[in-house]
Amino acid sequence: MPHNAMAPGSVIDGFVIGEKIHTGGMATLWRVTRADIDQPIVMKVPTILEGDDPTVIVGFEMEMMILPRLVGKHVPKFYAMGDFASQPYLVMEYIQGYSLFTLIEKAPMPAANVARIGAKVARALVDLHRQNVLHLDIKPSNIMIRDNGSAALIDFGLSRHLFLPDLLEEEFRVPMGTGPYIAPEQVMKNRSEPRSDIYSLGVLLYYLATNVRPFGLPQAQSQLKKRLWRDPVPPRKIIPDLPPWLQEAILRCLEVDPADRYETAARLAFDLSHTDQIKLTARAQKTKRDSLPVSWKRWFKSIGEDGGPIQPVRQSNLAPIIMAAVDFTEGQEALAEELLVNVRRVLATMPGVRIACVNVLKLNRLTITYTLDDEGRSVHVQRLVELRDWARPLELGQERITFHVLEHMDPAEALIEFASSNHVDQVLIGARASSSFRRFLGSVSSQVVARAACTVTVVRAPRALADVEAEEEKMIDKDCA
Amino acid sequence: MRIGFLSDIHGNREALDACLAHGARTGIDRWVFLGDLVGYGADPQYVVDCVVRHMETGALALLGNHDQAVVDGLAEGMNEYARAAIEWTARQLDPAAAALIRSLPMSILEDDRLYVHSEAHSPKSWNYVTEILGAERSMNATEARVTLCGHVHRPQLYYMSRTKPPGYFLPQAGTGIPLIGRRKWLAVLGSVGQPRDRNPAAAYAILDTDRNEIAYQRTPYNVEKAAAKIHAAGLPQMLAARLFIGR
Repeated sequence: MPHNAMAPGSVIDGFVIGEKIHTGGMATLWRVTRADIDQPIVMKVPTILEGDDPTVIVGFEMEMMILPRLVGKHVPKFYAMGDFASQPYLVMEYIQGYSLFTLIEKAPMPAANVARIGAKVARALVDLHRQNVLHLDIKPSNIMIRDNGSAALIDFGLSRHLFLPDLLEEEFRVPMGTGPYIAPEQVMKNRSEPRSDIYSLGVLLYYLATNVRPFGLPQAQSQLKKRLWRDPVPPRKIIPDLPPWLQEAILRCLEVDPADRYETAARLAFDLSHTDQIKLTARAQKTKRDSLPVSWKRWFKSIGEDGGPIQPVRQSNLAPIIMAAVDFTEGQEALAEELLVNVRRVLATMPGVRIACVNVLKLNRLTITYTLDDEGRSVHVQRLVELRDWARPLELGQERITFHVLEHMDPAEALIEFASSNHVDQVLIGARASSSFRRFLGSVSSQVVARAACTVTVVRAPRALADVEAEEEKMIDKDCA
Repeated sequence: MRIGFLSDIHGNREALDACLAHGARTGIDRWVFLGDLVGYGADPQYVVDCVVRHMETGALALLGNHDQAVVDGLAEGMNEYARAAIEWTARQLDPAAAALIRSLPMSILEDDRLYVHSEAHSPKSWNYVTEILGAERSMNATEARVTLCGHVHRPQLYYMSRTKPPGYFLPQAGTGIPLIGRRKWLAVLGSVGQPRDRNPAAAYAILDTDRNEIAYQRTPYNVEKAAAKIHAAGLPQMLAARLFIGR
């Protein structure tokens, strides 16, 4: 292949080659420019050795299939590509920020920082999985933190698009991934499981929190398989003051069976953004690994697994997050009650659903941060108590329901922000009886309907027909006046 | 250029019209009919007339085994339903339609693409590509980078590099699949007029040669009407019933 002739100053399809910024085993990265593109861009060129190493080529082909189909801030923007017939390359956005790889020297990091980074990466995974792509090589060097703080995933050479042929699966008979980070099912050659990315993120968080890799640096295939039956040392054994919620989150990511992990990246992002609401189980308290007989049992089970053909599944909506926006204004009790009825209906039809109960504490311009009532009680705490009381008839455990009081000057804005940053799948919100006042100013619910990115269900309290008719008559009178 | 491929229409007017309309909405520069225009369905003359009209403006059409059986009176190896349909169809077609069918080629090579009804290795044997070995035999038999065929009534996509056995993929309707280089591709289309993959919607595909992508398509059509006509024509009941369940 002629790409060895690449050098600063040469031109490929209108791209002027600049400085070489990275040389890796699979590819080299060059800064490039083209007159019509005013963003900083890079050209990725596969390193093709004598004898056409198939891993490099097929990996690059996968990236050529997947990257042009991806959109959003959590991936590099795609600009152009060149075919293998002449000069293979991909031109993409140069991401300004830093690589998570540079953070490793700061490990062990404080729990709050680990959670913050984990939430960022989980959010990037939500966006990727929604586009039907699994990354399958989540590790520090494949994650960039942009200058604006959001995470961007790079290098899709081992990725899988669920609606495109998987060239890697057909080409290779060995598991593909990066030793310390690869998920157990990937070791068994299943490349269709979105929760593999959650596992790898769990390894990353473990490493950042403890400065220890949970499964070491395996070199051989047999060492990779060990993670199918031997559980890692609990992080709290290494860092005794590591909070139980972080151990809970990390070990849940690292469950061998994907069904025992977080159902979706959105659920993980949610927990890492609301760490005080993480439901603690026996995982949180573990201080040693499982006993050898327990491990042996898993080992016997693991040798039966053959990693046969697996059909990809679309799984995002098996585990939705539903937000219930509850209003405690005086006189709206019937509406809050009706909202509860609707939440029950959702629970009955979707067993895997998780409910986030949200109430907005409206601040006025003069309030600074904390709100006390006349007797000096915290209004915030009082609202939280009311929220819990409202939801009590649902009888949901902590793993199914969370409570949030948002303090904001603009209730609609607060609800829309919460729905977006927590990847809420559906909002249930009450609307008060219509009035001409609200017709002009726009109610909170109508703003949420107009601006939220997800499904919004507007709930109204049932009213007597006579009331409705009286209201309508009043409005007609007004319109005629 | 966007090329629409229609295979195994089998005299189903409603399904054909639905596919042509669906394709027209997304923009099709040219149609290619991959054979089996007739047999099974109640509107063979309509379908042939429609194909002739499209051929006048640049469409291509191929011969299928049912087309051949209708004009040659040979239905050996076919089951009783297919045979009954062949005999009925032969009585419906006017001489011009029969002459058109006799003139259809077995395969067409265009740029780096081969169009054929069954497969490339032995088109006259009317072999069915249903697994990797058959796909490999077909891909090895042609220099074409992309082969498009039908005959099986179930959408499938195979691909093969120089060194490894082929891969198989079950395409999702509506998703553009890049047919990247360094590989041969064999696109087996679903059937317009008698789908057999348990989805009754009419199946076809669009190849975008500029983007080098194929998108398998599905479009629902008026099954009740097509089935009622089969019934009214006195064709075997089973040919009407299967349209509802796509088998």
